[in-house]
Amino acid sequence: MFYLRLVLRNVFRARLRSGLTILGLVIAILAFGLLQTVVRSWYAGVDMSSAARLFTRNSISLTFSMPLYYRERIAAVPGVKTVGVSNWFGGIWREPQNFFAQFATDIPTVLHQYPEFIVDPVQYADLLRDRQGAAIGRELANLYGFKLGDRITLQGTIYPGNWDFNVRAIYDGRDDTVVTRQMYFHYDYLNEALKKTAPVRANQAGVFIVEIADPANGAEIAKAIDDGFASSLAETLTETEKAFTLGFIAMVETIVIAIRGVSYVVILIIMAVAANTMAMTARERIAEYATLKALGFGPGTVATLVMAEALLLAALGAGIAMGLLGPVAHVFHAATIKVFAKFPVVPETYAMQAACGLVVGVVAGALPAWHSARVKIVDGLRRIG
Amino acid sequence: MPATPLVSIRHLSKSYRRGAQTVPVLDDINLDIAAGDFIALMGPSGSGKSTLLNLIAGIDKPDSGELIVDGIDITALGESELADWRARNVGFIFQFYNLMPVLDAMENVELPLLLTRLSRAERRERCETALALVGLGDRARHYPNELSGGQQQRVAIARAVVTDPTLLICDEPTGDLDRQSAADVLKMLTELNAQLGKTIIMVTHDPRAGDAARSTTFLDKGRLSNDNPFAAHH
Repeated sequence: MFYLRLVLRNVFRARLRSGLTILGLVIAILAFGLLQTVVRSWYAGVDMSSAARLFTRNSISLTFSMPLYYRERIAAVPGVKTVGVSNWFGGIWREPQNFFAQFATDIPTVLHQYPEFIVDPVQYADLLRDRQGAAIGRELANLYGFKLGDRITLQGTIYPGNWDFNVRAIYDGRDDTVVTRQMYFHYDYLNEALKKTAPVRANQAGVFIVEIADPANGAEIAKAIDDGFASSLAETLTETEKAFTLGFIAMVETIVIAIRGVSYVVILIIMAVAANTMAMTARERIAEYATLKALGFGPGTVATLVMAEALLLAALGAGIAMGLLGPVAHVFHAATIKVFAKFPVVPETYAMQAACGLVVGVVAGALPAWHSARVKIVDGLRRIG
Repeated sequence: MPATPLVSIRHLSKSYRRGAQTVPVLDDINLDIAAGDFIALMGPSGSGKSTLLNLIAGIDKPDSGELIVDGIDITALGESELADWRARNVGFIFQFYNLMPVLDAMENVELPLLLTRLSRAERRERCETALALVGLGDRARHYPNELSGGQQQRVAIARAVVTDPTLLICDEPTGDLDRQSAADVLKMLTELNAQLGKTIIMVTHDPRAGDAARSTTFLDKGRLSNDNPFAAHH
């Protein structure tokens, strides 16, 4: 208790210096937590991946399509339950910055494959009846104010022209991890139009979503599918939904790596600042450490006092930063709602913040503690006056 | 047969390195200090008196020679053993008090007791006694910056005696004090010596402090001297 009191009082001895250092720690560790959350938000889609779903695409790249008749051949592979088609549409709603994902799908199959999407039965029936009908995720509907019955016109980028849709269903996610910021519409609507305007692009699929009976057989089924199209016009690559999503993210991996790198650089900077504070503190107190040693306190006690001070400083900074992360992330998400569908502050991020605080404290305190422990009493006492 | 001295110094030498040069500070010192003595070490600046005090206190190591305190050759002790030995046997009184500014008078006095097995209540009781001894019982909760120089030095004296050490080591205890405070401190040291039998070794430039001691040993250029180098000035 005595030692704790001593450390506490020493931490707040130079209030301005300690206050500024703690402020720096708060900003750095808070920024670290936010940046880690930004990185995590890129991977939000991965969280809702199912091992029971495989994705089959053209082996060359995602931008190459496959003949629609592959669907029947894939469905015939043992272990496959259902096969859905999904084409990335890439339309613009009003302004290019209004980006959201749109997929042309065979809706009954795909909604069956995604039980995490909850659709009202009446709305579902309306959706099936309307060829121009679209199902909008709740988050997307909230973001742009879409309501049931709204008519939406998208300007095609991959498929030129204006495309009209009717909002017939607004679906919810089964839980908080489900991203509901997509729009699904009938593949037939797209395909019939293409047959008239660009027949060469009709009857093509971007991705086949394959529901399998047993996730444990995923690898064998994927191989069987790809083997079936070996040496064909469009060879396929089949992978788990998670791998597919991660591959999609890999296209912007440089940005993710840069953000992650910046978050660590921020910690390195504050580490240097905290180390400097502790070095200055220890240097000023050499005579006190020498006095303690003269009184009989060992080098270990002196080092522990210095290290405890550094750790306490870091713990205060990290603790405040951890307390602020939730509210600040909420504000940040509100400001970037169009960019990030999810901005989940997870326990792992708090743990990383705490670890950063610990590392900063240890690194900042290590050298001053070692130096203070080694100070010669006679030399230290000369620093007085 | 004469009594065994509390401090026995034989052929003690010490030098410092200054760059490539070796500067001798103490040269073949032989000195006995009896238990219960109050000795003043005096001499001009650079004479080696503070170095000798540091060696006796066990906060510095000699190059050669023997230094036996209460039957223990402290030159043979390792750093950790020496720290334990100091905690048990030495009370320090410094020129600039060397109190911890973030601790109040009571806590400063309590510091050396943290190295003992005493309970918190026992430590408190001892601290109160020590502070009462130096006349600061009513200043126990005052921080060093709330006390005058003389009061701070009295707290330092309380801290030095609270463990009931064998030796009191005083390095210029009146050097930073006004005349009255210096007299009070010297009076206190004299009483500690006379009434409690504390052995006190004091380095001082102050002739009045020298007069308060029972005996004075002079050093000049690292050697014990029979002559008082200050005599010509007084």
